[in-house]
Amino acid sequence: MSYAQEHAASGHEEETFKIGEMIEHHVVDSHEWHFATVGHTHITLPLPVILYIPGQGVEVFSSSRFHSEGFKDEGEKQEHTYKGFYIDELDGHLKNTDASLKFYDLSITKNVASLFLSAAILIFVFTNIASAYKRRSGQAPKGMQSLFEPIVVFIRDDIAKANITGKDKHGQPMYEKFLPYLLTVFFFIWFNNLLGLLPGGANLTGNIAVTMFLAVATLVTTHIRSNKYYWGHIFAPPVPPALWVIMVPIEVIGILTKPISLMIRLFANITAGHIIILSLLGLIFIFKNALVGGVVVPFVLFLNGIELMVAILQAYVFTLLSSMYIGSAVEGHESHDDLGH
Amino acid sequence: MEFVTPGLGLIFWQFVVFICLLLILKKFAWKPITAALHEREHSIDSALKAAEEAKREMSKLKADNEKLLEEARLERDSIVKLARQTADGLIEEAKDKATTESNRIVEAARLAIQQERQAAIQDIKQQVASLSLEIAEVVLRNQLKDDAAQRALVNKLVDDAKLN
Repeated sequence: MSYAQEHAASGHEEETFKIGEMIEHHVVDSHEWHFATVGHTHITLPLPVILYIPGQGVEVFSSSRFHSEGFKDEGEKQEHTYKGFYIDELDGHLKNTDASLKFYDLSITKNVASLFLSAAILIFVFTNIASAYKRRSGQAPKGMQSLFEPIVVFIRDDIAKANITGKDKHGQPMYEKFLPYLLTVFFFIWFNNLLGLLPGGANLTGNIAVTMFLAVATLVTTHIRSNKYYWGHIFAPPVPPALWVIMVPIEVIGILTKPISLMIRLFANITAGHIIILSLLGLIFIFKNALVGGVVVPFVLFLNGIELMVAILQAYVFTLLSSMYIGSAVEGHESHDDLGH
Repeated sequence: MEFVTPGLGLIFWQFVVFICLLLILKKFAWKPITAALHEREHSIDSALKAAEEAKREMSKLKADNEKLLEEARLERDSIVKLARQTADGLIEEAKDKATTESNRIVEAARLAIQQERQAAIQDIKQQVASLSLEIAEVVLRNQLKDDAAQRALVNKLVDDAKLN
């Protein structure tokens, strides 16, 4: 952002290509969904701004209010103030001219819209598959069913069953309790990673708010059914009590570092992938040379292929690590000793 | 919005949407899918088990058949053997019987012949004896027709008696 500020301050001409701004515009969240700019015309879907102001209720208006009437040019910022609200150029957050006004920004931003879209796709796809199982009961899978079945079976057998051992008090395998969460997380991350790779797509899984929520969800899921062995391992580790002074803080920090690593891993992997692709494509506009495109485009194509792999890989890694954390919290005493801790 | 300052709105919506998504998918997707998968795995399992069972049954049946066939073959062999033995026995017995019968007949014939010969010899002997007596009578009659001859004989007999 500071890069763009510099340019604005030094009074560069509007047409100058600002790669930092371009990348940031693509990677971060926004109050409107910008698809493309043809000439000087923006193809933009304005999204609703929803503000909860304690004591005053809910304020809803279109994000197009932030633009002045004749909004056309790329260089023009969403700097128009509506009812005292404006978008801060420095951090992108919604602010009010009256700094003392307390309000909560619950707007349907680009990422939130993409989130709704992905949720709709996920529900559509998987309820369809579920109905296919009912309709074609006892028959071999077909179409989407046979595409996703191996993945579902893989998550069940090689992620959930392999890492979450033991049985609950009703004698049911423990992993069955966590399978819906693991499946949802896996497909949520995978589908959103793929949606983010589409041109004009939102970078949802590369947003720290989303990965933070997912990491917290795993943290909560891990501890909701944790047993006494897990807590015993943390507060009374099987080491000489003299070492507890060192071990207990380390174990307690370990509880938090696990979700933090989950949060940063997903966020950084997805965002970095987007930034690399955008930077390479930006080279074409920096050099203003079609020949550069001849070199960059095949390479970007290659990187896009890698990103497709990263999309499923990161979903797999997140789900696998989540299941391992859950597994360590619910496993019984017997298997606990086998690990040699 | 900046990279690392999470937007409150997004966290809020993410929370709402993700929880709804989790609940909806759990009820309408994951449960029926995993149940169907489980059921199918179960049915495949039981089908495989049934096939295995059928195979075992088949091989058992085949073995049984084989055994039955073998038994039948053995029985046939034993029957044939027995029949042959019986036939052989019968032939042997008949042969033996025939031999003894023939022997007996031959023996009886020989005995009869012996007896006939003995009888014939006896008969011949008697006839020869009576003939000899008749001849002797005739001869004696002729020799002792005159007295002289009779005296000579008496003398001779008396001489013989003196020697005694």
